[in-house]
Amino acid sequence: MEKYRVVIIGGGPAGLAAALDSFKNLKGDKRVLIIERDKFLGGILNQCIHPGFGLHYFNEELTGPEYAHRFVEQVLENRIGYLTETHVIDITPEKEIVAVNKKGLKRIKADSIVLAMGCRERTRGAIITPGTRPAGIFTAGQAQRFINIEGYRIGKKAVIVGSGDIGLIMARRLTLEGIEVKAVVEIMPYSTGLRRNIVQCLDDFGIPLLLSHKLVKIHGKYRVEGVTIARVDSQLQEIPSTERFIECDTVLFSVGLIPENELSKKAGVVLDMRTGGPVVDNTFSTSQKGIFACGNVLHVHDLVDNVTKEAQTAGRYAAIYSQHPELFEDNIHINIEAKDGIRYVVPQKLNKNFVQPFVLRFRVDNFYKDAVVTISNAGKILIENKKSILTPGEMESIEISQKILSQLDFSNDIVVSLQNI
Amino acid sequence: MQAFYLPHYEKGDNKRMIYDAVVIGAGIVGMSILRELTRYDLKICCVEKMEDVAEGASKANSGIVHAGYDPIEGTKKARFNIEGNNMFSEICKQLDVEYKMIGSLVVAFDDHEINILEELLQRGKRNGVKGLEIKSQEWVFANEPNLSRNIKAALFAPYSGITNPYKLTIALFENAIQNGAEVIFGFEVCRIEKDDDFFIVCSADGRVVRTRILINCAGAYADEISKMVGAKNFKIYPRRGQYYILDKPEKLPVNRVIFQVPTEKGKGILVTPTVDGNVLVGPNSEYVDSKDDTSTTQGGLNEIFEKARKVLPSLSKRDVITIFSGIRATPDTHDFIIEEDENIENFINVAGIESPGLTSSVAIGRYVAELVSCKLNGKRNPNFNPYREDIKRFSELSDEEREKMIKLNPSFGNIVCRCELVSEYEIIEAIKRGARTVDGIKRRTRAGMGRCQGGFCLPRVMDILSRELKIDKTQITKFGKNSYILTEKRWEN
Repeated sequence: MEKYRVVIIGGGPAGLAAALDSFKNLKGDKRVLIIERDKFLGGILNQCIHPGFGLHYFNEELTGPEYAHRFVEQVLENRIGYLTETHVIDITPEKEIVAVNKKGLKRIKADSIVLAMGCRERTRGAIITPGTRPAGIFTAGQAQRFINIEGYRIGKKAVIVGSGDIGLIMARRLTLEGIEVKAVVEIMPYSTGLRRNIVQCLDDFGIPLLLSHKLVKIHGKYRVEGVTIARVDSQLQEIPSTERFIECDTVLFSVGLIPENELSKKAGVVLDMRTGGPVVDNTFSTSQKGIFACGNVLHVHDLVDNVTKEAQTAGRYAAIYSQHPELFEDNIHINIEAKDGIRYVVPQKLNKNFVQPFVLRFRVDNFYKDAVVTISNAGKILIENKKSILTPGEMESIEISQKILSQLDFSNDIVVSLQNI
Repeated sequence: MQAFYLPHYEKGDNKRMIYDAVVIGAGIVGMSILRELTRYDLKICCVEKMEDVAEGASKANSGIVHAGYDPIEGTKKARFNIEGNNMFSEICKQLDVEYKMIGSLVVAFDDHEINILEELLQRGKRNGVKGLEIKSQEWVFANEPNLSRNIKAALFAPYSGITNPYKLTIALFENAIQNGAEVIFGFEVCRIEKDDDFFIVCSADGRVVRTRILINCAGAYADEISKMVGAKNFKIYPRRGQYYILDKPEKLPVNRVIFQVPTEKGKGILVTPTVDGNVLVGPNSEYVDSKDDTSTTQGGLNEIFEKARKVLPSLSKRDVITIFSGIRATPDTHDFIIEEDENIENFINVAGIESPGLTSSVAIGRYVAELVSCKLNGKRNPNFNPYREDIKRFSELSDEEREKMIKLNPSFGNIVCRCELVSEYEIIEAIKRGARTVDGIKRRTRAGMGRCQGGFCLPRVMDILSRELKIDKTQITKFGKNSYILTEKRWEN
């Protein structure tokens, strides 16, 4: 069995950043391995050829492949080990990994593991969209791969379901490819995408954004022939006699991402129902000692820059664990709870052995104006943060400084909640 | 078993297209008859309008092997159901198809429904169903702890089971081909003529096959084929059933097939594990105008969910991975039509095979093949081999076996479908066995059937189809005809 200090599952932006920071923080034996199932490192960034990446982390605007390349280069420079076209099929709580590729089965023992498998797209079936099942129905990511990596046109006239950033970006991409985007249909009364994307991807091309609309039926026997859409009320229920047929041969679904934690479950990692990812503490340690998680497998991010920062922390602690597991021996945690308008927080716990400044990331459960985010402990408000607008589509973050940490009462939970709602 | 290539997969040449018997329709009934016919030394063929087998009701049904307490005694449904149930295990063993005799429960919520259970029990006994028993509420909760506490009693049928209906159709097809049968795809019958000895069966694209005996297994379209020949006048009414498929749970919510008491409209909504470890919920029952209206509707899906929740309160829409519907071929005669026509000699209708059609199909196949061989004085085929091996599946092997397979075939180590752990080898093998479409690959390998529904593997499956069939990806369809996935190549990679 091969042995490594740190093994990273997944060679996307999270895995790359985690590998680099693990490597930097290891002393002596610096064996780090990245296992990637695709042909190349870089993950889904490789098909995101639009700009907008790196504004926060590099202070410049990069495309997805450029952003990934900066990290891949460092991995190569540092001669960090990696396997591509290799699929991890099992992880045990003892941190033994079984991976498979064309050469055979590989058994690997890791001192610590970083889960960085990313997420998958929610599908037409998962959101239970009635109608026929013809060709011409894609997830946004599938369409992006066919167009940007493989060089194919996927249709002539399209309707896009979902106005998150990916849906918006694909509306522009299809238009540039000569595919007429008839509409972007959004069930909520607001878009969950960034304002700049609504302007640059829809408004600039005259693509209609139909808020409070639902796709109610897909038509066509062999290839999509059209869709029926309808208005919805405030309960998201279809309003009778508002149905409208739109002729198209392509439907793109961009209706949410789901962290892919099938392997995490095999390793016995406890998941958070709200994020769909592992429960972690501020070291990004999961419920299984020595197994860490970061990136979209942990919770779905809007910006890759945040993934990088989070993964660097996870990678650093994974390196620390591999050299000093005793520091994690008697982990004592206090819970960080999401309440009143906060859908989830990450991390969900604070590790008393590592009371060091960290970033608390969270999402709200609805659209709020002029609300106050408060962080309290033992009935005492530690942080109050006024926000003019909060939307579920945008991840929020608050830095928890050493000063705040020094005021904590460790026999009580930390509570994150919204006031004035 | 060595991989085999289909002898006449592509458009056949006219000279050779004279047969002893031709089956119209490559659904489970047609394939069962075709395979049984290969026991005899006959030249036989099936014509199918789509590009693959099991493209109609055979791919979209509950996958239940019924015990046989439902059909009225004395009907063909009762006879073939019981015979089929008795044969099922053996045939699935021969053809290497999953079949699990998990048993079924019909659950009753009140005294009226308990009376219906009693009727079913008595009918089942008269039909010759073994092991039927009415179980108490306590037994139900001890054995199916997740079912509603409002259930008062249940009819237990130990010999009910589950199988994979399209995989069985595919297995019958492969075994029939191995034994010398032919299947011509893309052959949509538009006209049938008759001379002294032969039926002349013409396709929409101008191909012709001649045959001494013609067997109509055209499913929902069987009435139209019968009319073309001038045979028995009956009607098939398309009756649609919609379904949900749920993601593979860590622990199955039910261990058996759970039915509600039947009504005039059929056996009602069921909840069952599938042989692949998913959960299947459905079907409703609704007459539709078009024989190919396999769409799902909000109303139908809501109805199913509400009714299923009555039995299994923990059912959650969060677990849904896909929805689909199938068309039952409901005849106006209220029973299977399995007979040589009274007026047109050598024309055999096998029509109206709605539930329990899957269970009955294997027995119908044997019955019809015997009928044909009697008429033609067919000798036994000395080379008939009843065995067919399934594709070796990465997900089903031990690590040692996997390692051995990868040494022989490195592509066995290349995982293409991450959700179902399907290797490249399995996809290549499916193509060798006749898959030509994305759905064909899906049904043979499960690539694209998992929780991401092909989100990741579709482009990779298309890469392999394109490479193995030496066609551009713009030529690849989802399921034949105009179901193209990509419309134009923009640039070379």
